[in-house]
Amino acid sequence: MRHVISVHDLSAERIVDVLDRAEGMLATARGEAVNDCLKGKVLGSIFFEPSTRTRLSFETAMNRLGGGVIGFAGTEATSVVKGETLADTIRMVSGYADAVVLRHPQEGAAKLATQFSEKPIINAGDGAGQHPTQTLLDLFTIRQQMGRLVDLNISLVGDLRYGRTVHSLAYALSKFGNTINLVSPEGLEMPGEVVEHLEGSGQFGIACHTPEDVISNTDILYVTRIQKERFPDPVEYTKVAGKYLIDPELVSKGPDHMIVMHPLPKINEIAAEVDSMPQAKYYVQAFNGVPVRMALLEMVIGGR
Amino acid sequence: MSQKYMKVEKIDHGTVIDHILPSKAFDVLGVLDLPGGTTMSILVNSHSKKGGRKDILKFENVELTDEEANLVALVSPQATINIIVGGKVVKKFNTEAPKVVRGILTCSNPNCISNQNEPITTEFTLASDEGHRYVCSYCERDIVDLAKSVSP
Repeated sequence: MRHVISVHDLSAERIVDVLDRAEGMLATARGEAVNDCLKGKVLGSIFFEPSTRTRLSFETAMNRLGGGVIGFAGTEATSVVKGETLADTIRMVSGYADAVVLRHPQEGAAKLATQFSEKPIINAGDGAGQHPTQTLLDLFTIRQQMGRLVDLNISLVGDLRYGRTVHSLAYALSKFGNTINLVSPEGLEMPGEVVEHLEGSGQFGIACHTPEDVISNTDILYVTRIQKERFPDPVEYTKVAGKYLIDPELVSKGPDHMIVMHPLPKINEIAAEVDSMPQAKYYVQAFNGVPVRMALLEMVIGGR
Repeated sequence: MSQKYMKVEKIDHGTVIDHILPSKAFDVLGVLDLPGGTTMSILVNSHSKKGGRKDILKFENVELTDEEANLVALVSPQATINIIVGGKVVKKFNTEAPKVVRGILTCSNPNCISNQNEPITTEFTLASDEGHRYVCSYCERDIVDLAKSVSP
């Protein structure tokens, strides 16, 4: 595997390959086994936007595999503030490192980076665009918790318009054959091209405005945050923020086997009482970022 | 009064683009990179024999290649291309939407990296022949309005 830019580039077979390799990394990710397959290798970790889980799990993944990490989080102390282009930043970092993980506020940044780097680029989120490693860890969690990636009813809840994780996840799930329900406030509906894709592949369930409409027929309740930073107008944000509360009462209405996932950070869309319910899998999901990213780093740096 | 002059003279050598959608002639010029100093005639909102109106462009001493001609389809899909040599039509064909367009168009997503100050050429791929749907190779978004996306 060369670059990891978009879920569109990943076949179902390739995704399963990554998940299988990630499963093999679990013990090392937990610190229960040692694997130094990337000893002597350097990861360039350049984050132009804030991140907790993605950046830290990539850095953990590289360290667990015996490699080192260089880079920055925030552009204040870099030449970017002097007006350096992304192209030049990538040329430079890819000269120092064996692979580059990039988060950037503009859509298409990772694709651009591939044109200026001789080393593999991993997209860690580009604006409202793709976030393929989040999608892979979501799929890993789904397979881990449900035992399969097919014939599932997945209800995506929250900001489906600006939430990049749900776009990537919808495309990825549709590679396996599932039913996807879309639950969002008015004005934050899933973009038309994603809906058309789901309809075209016969995997569109229903679109509605309240989770109560789908909860009884949901295997996976995938909740997303209403992202303040994606709203051009703060008044619009205030109108819809906090409109959906996933509380114990709602979760209890789902089938016994239903799980609740969230890419995190969550603010107030899930009640704190849900955190301790057996259905809540978002902390497991966050941990799974480590083995999945270990597998990806091994694959791109190791040329597999 | 007798009709002494034609509205637009015939050309002896060059290209005639006929059946351009009415008022789209200038958009067509926008997608073509014609040599400086090209003599051209532009007929806007002309009566069509098939009924309705159309625009016509005539370029003297410029023979458009198939690749250049297909760019016309971006803004006027029904246009026909006539290559004139020695006052006669030696080649006539319909335009076909190009599979890939590099440069010429600007992404309609303001937050696309291709709209920043980066040393790259825009690239769009034809996602669907129906309605000539083009998708940006960088941000993967559809172009909203092809004609408005032609770079100035």
